[in-house]
Amino acid sequence: MSNIFLQILLGGVLTGFVYVLISLGLTLIFGVMDICNFAHGDFLTIAMYAAFCFSLWFGLDPIISLPIVTLLVGLFGAIVYWLLIRHVLNSSGMAQIFVTFGLMIFIRGMMQALFSANYRKITNPLLEGSFTFGSIALSKPQVVASIGAITATLIIYLFITKTRTGWALQAVSENRQAASLMGIPVQKMFILAWAIGAACVGIAGGLMAEYYYIYPEVGALFGSLSFITVALGGFGSIPGVFIAGLLIGITEVVGGFYLSPAYKYLLVYSLYFVVIVIRPQGILGKKA
Amino acid sequence: MEMKIKNSKRINLLNPSIIIPAVALIILLLIPKLISGYFLHTVILILMYATLGAAWNWLGGFAGQISLAHAVFFGLGSYVNACCQIWFGINPWVAMVISMIIVGVFSVLIGIPCFRLKGHYFAIATIALGEIIKTIFVNWPAAGGAIGLYIPIKDISLKNFQFYSKIPYYYIILMMYILSTIITIWIKNSRNGYYFRAIKEDPEASKALGIDLVKTKLLAMWLSGVMCAMVGSFYVNYVLYIDPEGSFLFMNSVKIALIAVMGGMGSVFGPIIGSIIIILLSEGSRIYLGGMGAGLDFVIYGLLIMIIAVYQPGGIVGAFNSYTKKRKKAKRQIVNQGIQNDSIA
Repeated sequence: MSNIFLQILLGGVLTGFVYVLISLGLTLIFGVMDICNFAHGDFLTIAMYAAFCFSLWFGLDPIISLPIVTLLVGLFGAIVYWLLIRHVLNSSGMAQIFVTFGLMIFIRGMMQALFSANYRKITNPLLEGSFTFGSIALSKPQVVASIGAITATLIIYLFITKTRTGWALQAVSENRQAASLMGIPVQKMFILAWAIGAACVGIAGGLMAEYYYIYPEVGALFGSLSFITVALGGFGSIPGVFIAGLLIGITEVVGGFYLSPAYKYLLVYSLYFVVIVIRPQGILGKKA
Repeated sequence: MEMKIKNSKRINLLNPSIIIPAVALIILLLIPKLISGYFLHTVILILMYATLGAAWNWLGGFAGQISLAHAVFFGLGSYVNACCQIWFGINPWVAMVISMIIVGVFSVLIGIPCFRLKGHYFAIATIALGEIIKTIFVNWPAAGGAIGLYIPIKDISLKNFQFYSKIPYYYIILMMYILSTIITIWIKNSRNGYYFRAIKEDPEASKALGIDLVKTKLLAMWLSGVMCAMVGSFYVNYVLYIDPEGSFLFMNSVKIALIAVMGGMGSVFGPIIGSIIIILLSEGSRIYLGGMGAGLDFVIYGLLIMIIAVYQPGGIVGAFNSYTKKRKKAKRQIVNQGIQNDSIA
């Protein structure tokens, strides 16, 4: 019994780490420029399809093509900022929300037009089977994905808290005008935030392509889970995202096992509601 | 005060503000004589989404609360109506009243926790709400589960809400749309409407002036929810079928919000303008591009939404208003110049 529980709990932690990485990108963009990117999940779709294409055309395994996919998706994020978001920075919150909704519909349609609505999967992935420790078995690709996700999260966290560029990012998120008066190039910081934010999802997508199905709407579920994670942790807070991501991963897997898989997301969303009623600003969010 | 002065000015300009709606109403009444079949169905959809957009507008456009859960109110209205008919054999019109009452209570119960949240937090809470309700209905066998429910076919009569042609449905949804427009005009000119706008502009200041924030927001949410339930009841009796995936679709919530925003937030005729654009766009791109390859219609649809959001964030009505304002300003300048010239002379 305790072994089963440990197995389930570890599964939840592994799932949670991936959620942490996906949500990190969202919270970074939100923290720096106060824009909620509703197309965030669809960046994940792009990353997964990119990994799929590399595997189909060049026979590169997603693990090997990961750096290229990350760079490509990061570049895509920067382009989205330059072509779209830059123009709505000073308009109302509504325009900011709907520009990303338009992007979401656009990406889903584009992926469907290019790759059809079929479910795809990488054939012969490099990582298959599972690691076994005593009576606990963990699927190899998932373990690698969570290790990759947590490493990436740590690197980005250190980048933001320890380097000068990271401080500049933090300064911009604290006060845009004061930062620009201090000589920080705000426009460049915005591009950087979008590039890093998208690259986070790029890493997550590349790692998930190893074991998850790929279809045009795969980002929808992960996108809405990442909003919940970010809101649960507190908008713009990186440690908050870490706690919330783990909490959601564990709730999903443990609840799915003991109750019923059909209700696992119901539990996640209810958990979010309960927390938000007690603490409207999220677990580690600053009081508005 | 300024608002009141504006309004009294508008009443002075009696002619265009009464003639234009009157002509529009006559055209709307005559539409079933002019078109039929699929085109009439499209017009019914346009009116339906315009009514939903108007309901969203009360909460989002006037009171400033961005809800992405209006498909939930709409779907719940349909479900309560369908379940009342199937479980208890209740008359559809009575079921409509019951669904409006239940969804009204539901929207207030949901509003109490959600209105403690602000901005993005509120929008995300409404997304989570939609997912919860959808999961419940997918896993509820008595309510049809994932398959959905069929409304039993009855004798064709107004009493049973079932007709042979689309024309009676058209007039019913037209009535609902007119009702929603009347409520919008009422909100625009009533004390509560001023409260709504005050909350949107500056919640702290309106609180300091003695407006009960939660109560006012709940009123907006309740009105909005009840209207959506009414339209939902219409829809389920129109298509005679309902399923959880279709009725609680997140994209439907986005569509409703988009219609209100695109038309122009907080305006009387914004929702119908937005609805005409969005429905024609989505239906048109589906018909003409849907055959060329799956997904292409969404590409165009998404592209246009992005372009409008970037270049015309105030919505169509907003663009029109700023245009007329500019013209008025130019006129005033000409008049002022004339006065100056006179004084010089």
